[in-house]
Amino acid sequence: MSVRLAPGLVAVLAVGLAFLYLPILVLIAYSFNASALVTVWGGFSAAWYGRLLHNPQVLDAALLSLEVGMAAATCAVVLGTLAAVALVRIRRFRFRLLLTGMVHAPLVVPEIITGITLLLLFVSMAQMIGWPRHRDFVSLVLAHISFCMAYVTITVVPRLAGADRALEEAAMDLGAGPLRAFMEITLPIIAPALISGWLLSFTLSLDDLVISSFVAGPGSSTLPMVIYSKVKLGVSPDMNALASLIIVLVGAGVACAGWLMNRAELQRMRDRQLAEQG
Amino acid sequence: MPASLAPFLRRRVRWLLILPPLLFLSVFFLIPFAFAFKISFADSAIAIPPFTKLFSVTPDGHYALTVTLDNYRYLVTDDVYLLSYIFSLRTAFFSTVICLLLGYPMAYGIARAPRSTQTMLLLLIILPFWTSFLLRVYALEGIISEHGLLNDFLMWLGVIHVPLRIMHTTIAVYIGIVYSYLPFMILPLYATLEKMDVTLLEAAADLGTPPWRAFLEITLPLSLPGVIAGSMLVFIPAIGEFVIPSLLGGPDSLMIGRVLWDEFFANHNWPVASAVATAFLVLLVGPIALYQHYQMKDQALP
Repeated sequence: MSVRLAPGLVAVLAVGLAFLYLPILVLIAYSFNASALVTVWGGFSAAWYGRLLHNPQVLDAALLSLEVGMAAATCAVVLGTLAAVALVRIRRFRFRLLLTGMVHAPLVVPEIITGITLLLLFVSMAQMIGWPRHRDFVSLVLAHISFCMAYVTITVVPRLAGADRALEEAAMDLGAGPLRAFMEITLPIIAPALISGWLLSFTLSLDDLVISSFVAGPGSSTLPMVIYSKVKLGVSPDMNALASLIIVLVGAGVACAGWLMNRAELQRMRDRQLAEQG
Repeated sequence: MPASLAPFLRRRVRWLLILPPLLFLSVFFLIPFAFAFKISFADSAIAIPPFTKLFSVTPDGHYALTVTLDNYRYLVTDDVYLLSYIFSLRTAFFSTVICLLLGYPMAYGIARAPRSTQTMLLLLIILPFWTSFLLRVYALEGIISEHGLLNDFLMWLGVIHVPLRIMHTTIAVYIGIVYSYLPFMILPLYATLEKMDVTLLEAAADLGTPPWRAFLEITLPLSLPGVIAGSMLVFIPAIGEFVIPSLLGGPDSLMIGRVLWDEFFANHNWPVASAVATAFLVLLVGPIALYQHYQMKDQALP
């Protein structure tokens, strides 16, 4: 039921949305500013974008961030889904409380503390067992998995809990093994949650500054670390270009993924209706 | 004999499910805290890594345990830690209140908007959440800096003649936190307001209740779970915030996240940083986690 919105509410919504979007729009506008002075409009130019392509520091960092993001998101989806299946499907097992706690805790522990404790872990492990000798790609991926996993699990749990178990049991009655029944029946049902979980992990990993700063050794800087060290000194036009590029790409990617998943969901609902009619 | 094989398999298979996430989180989430706790009792040293060992073997073959409480003593005696705890708590609290005051009418507006508009508005609220947090904080600089859009606009209007100094002050930290976490406040509020039975308000109106009283006595109490959930989602990350005070705040915006960062990267005092982290965890994160645990239990009850 919807009533006509009061003018006051419309005004608050408009102001709130302007507050959320104006900074991004201004940033994008200034990324096309020909002037190197960020406060003066010197005409339209895409030169800053061109400069990015010739900045090896930015390109290397971007490549590392993408690799870490993909590896971490993929591992986080596997581990996070296993945790979700265990928590939803197995009612009682030893360490259940521990697993529940550890799955939810990363959401309330500040990043800076996770970062410090992980660095201390890597340093202590290097001291005790000689591994990891360098803090680089592997330590970054491990650290990112540990904070992304929680988001995957909390995305998958409700979807899995809502999945109809009768379908899986029917498949097993027809002779499918439990693994095959899960893979062919349940996995497609929870697939949208897995995709959301992967995308969420990927964007969180791509954006992480604090934890990465602690666990990355010298020489392995991720993109946010490079961006932070530059923007700490103030606004700079090439960072405006880089930021605009990332925001537009991620925004478009998320919008596309959302649209595709929405369409698949509608298709599934239509199929189900047809099946029920026929 | 599949019937007798099944339970056996199930027992084995369940550990294949449970063990990988359990072991991973134990090693890369839980045990790290044990190391931080341990190192908080060490002395700092000019070495790699920069702290002394707690356990050592003396020349005559005995095991020695060297523990110091100096780091914790330092936390209590040096004002900067206590002040930054208080500052972090205060900043997180007031930012949460501002988010609530701005987010509530927005969530209310979305929940009462026509269905088709609702989806679009929600998408607009969610989208910034997916784009880079660091870059959004940076983007804010273009608005609130000395020659930013806000000052230009106000000067063009003639409201002010000298640019306001917002950047690198505590006000900028508030703006940054509200800007970054507003979507977290709106979404749970929307979820409770959208589920609300609007006929209750109609009934109240039929009985002659003025709208403001109906809001206070019906809508507000019913949306309380959303208020609590949204406030937690803003308050928790705001306390430990590092990026916002570091990029937007001034030298007086001493948030605990920033103090920890400096202790680590500027002073290289890992044992004190470990002690700060341990104290922070016990004093702030512990109570929040317990609160959430009990709240989840309450909700699980029918």
